[in-house]
Amino acid sequence: MYRYDEFDATFVAERVKQFRGQVERRLAGELNEDEFRPLRLQNGLYLQLHAYMLRIAVPYGVLSSKQLRKLAFIARRYDKGFGHFTTRQNIQFNWPELVDIPDVLDHLASVEMHAIQTSGNCIRNVTADHFAGVAPDEIEDPRIWAEIIRQWSTLHPEFAFLPRKFKIAVTGASHDRAAVKFHDIGLKMVKNEAGEIGFEVIVGGGMGRTPYVGPTIREFLPKQHLLSYLEAVLRVYNLLGRRDNLYKARIKILVSATGVPEFSRLVEEEWARIKDGALTLPAEEVARIERYFQPPQYEKLPAISPELEGAKVSDASFARWLKANTHPHKVDGYSIVTISLKPDGGAPGDASADQMDLIADLADEYSGKELRVTHHQNLVLPNVRKQDLYALWQRLAAVRLAQPNVGLLTDIIACPGLDYCNLANARSIPIAQRLSRRFNDFQRLEEIGDLRLNISGCINACGHHHAGNIGILGVDKQGEEFYQITLGGSSKDDSSIGKIVGPAFAIDQVADAVETIVNVYLEKRTSNDERFLETYRRVGIDPFKEKLYGNSQARRPAAE
Amino acid sequence: MTVQVATANRLRDGVIVWLKPDLTWSEDFAESKPLRDEAEAKAALDAAGVAVKARLVVGPYLAEVDETPEGLKPNSARERIRAIAKPTIIPDQGSWTGRIAG
Repeated sequence: MYRYDEFDATFVAERVKQFRGQVERRLAGELNEDEFRPLRLQNGLYLQLHAYMLRIAVPYGVLSSKQLRKLAFIARRYDKGFGHFTTRQNIQFNWPELVDIPDVLDHLASVEMHAIQTSGNCIRNVTADHFAGVAPDEIEDPRIWAEIIRQWSTLHPEFAFLPRKFKIAVTGASHDRAAVKFHDIGLKMVKNEAGEIGFEVIVGGGMGRTPYVGPTIREFLPKQHLLSYLEAVLRVYNLLGRRDNLYKARIKILVSATGVPEFSRLVEEEWARIKDGALTLPAEEVARIERYFQPPQYEKLPAISPELEGAKVSDASFARWLKANTHPHKVDGYSIVTISLKPDGGAPGDASADQMDLIADLADEYSGKELRVTHHQNLVLPNVRKQDLYALWQRLAAVRLAQPNVGLLTDIIACPGLDYCNLANARSIPIAQRLSRRFNDFQRLEEIGDLRLNISGCINACGHHHAGNIGILGVDKQGEEFYQITLGGSSKDDSSIGKIVGPAFAIDQVADAVETIVNVYLEKRTSNDERFLETYRRVGIDPFKEKLYGNSQARRPAAE
Repeated sequence: MTVQVATANRLRDGVIVWLKPDLTWSEDFAESKPLRDEAEAKAALDAAGVAVKARLVVGPYLAEVDETPEGLKPNSARERIRAIAKPTIIPDQGSWTGRIAG
């Protein structure tokens, strides 16, 4: 993985020192809150419902075991013993004290981490496919390009005060695991007819109040022009994006209002001006970054491991986990392991300090000291020998980390919701917990199959409800929590935005409603292989609506 | 006028605090001063303004409550969660391992 050079290390250290001074000045009364707020936000520090919240960047979701151990240390010493992995591959601490933040940032800097640009109207932490570098369907490793984008976008002076926040995602694989069509810019590595590798550029996707599946504005961008093209997109946005209305300030609104052909024309026009200038990537610089992401020394192993095959037959629980939580690796004899942070009745994405330490140990022992954070709020061990899978599973199972539910209904994405967040209208985590308990029969989960259920506590959609096959959105009605359900969303290659199925439900009705939806699907599907989304797209929303609302006694007056 | 209370977050650690009858701040919602008319509400906001200047609290505002025989009760989901000063998720079911008492 990327290691800080002297410039990076000096820059981060100076930034911590600067923020330490700003905190001191705030506490001494030299800065008031209006003056201090933008400074703390630029360093990832929010003031939430109960306390301050520190959001720490995990660049493109890549984490070392040493970094994870440091996060565990911070959780124990400065927080309440746990952290929350987010849908942007970051981690949040929910309880730090303002006076401690400079020390926390010093600890982070010691392991090459920081919280810069995890808030504010700037280019945020770039995200990527969590299987980058190890997936068999990969055209090229997107981490190299994500790192190049990170370096270009960090403290980019022209883009420090954009109309609104700006999120970029990169995938190098044929299957989209990075939700690229739901980002301000999504980059998908593709091969052109000549066999050259470049980027498909998608601009103006997003969730929030006004969800859009991003359109492609350029089918093929040669790699050496990546930064100049991104700069052209950002310049058009910076100039024309609305600053008069917070809700209309994202680039998706600009692209929609301008129209894709005209927006593309403006970008191409700007790009033509800067195309072959200073931002053209020199091959030697790309090669330098590439060297940080060299694959580990893989052993020559048989594709089939006799140890694994034996354990699969003798232990049904292990076999179930293996099916749901492992993914084929590009190298024979290896697997990609997803550690579910969705235990039965747990808070999605939360990990205790003890769990973080243990997972760091497992990364050392089984996966070359490297981990990934997924936007589904799970962790990944990217390089596990197949022959080690059974031993690894036993270690995970001993500490409640072997939930075999990746990609299944209880692998729920949920934002922190009203339990923590100042913006939320309703709680998310308790809904996730109720659903997790309602659907805790693994045989049934397997029978239901591939189904994404996402929950957001407000329209800002941090829980990606628009992209859930089943999406749940918390709304406020006169101070009380209600939940609107959407169906048919997807963040994969077949990206789509869920449709509202009808009036919202009270908190104690949500699990029943989801159960009804699942039962309609099971009844309507043509075979066990027809996924929820396929059935939904085939039969439409009406059968679900009928079952949910057909009997008017079954629901209460609701928020719409 | 609906009864209100004054609340804010403490600057130093972000902890939720409530304005008491003696115009100091408490972490305990039950100690909140009920503000029953405009004059009381204005006096509370003035006191909060002083506390902001003194760097004790940040972001003060008035929250509506119900006055019941058992005492004051917040009347929105948001303020109910703030009043208990911790998430509502069940500690032994989730990974919330908070050390906050109560």
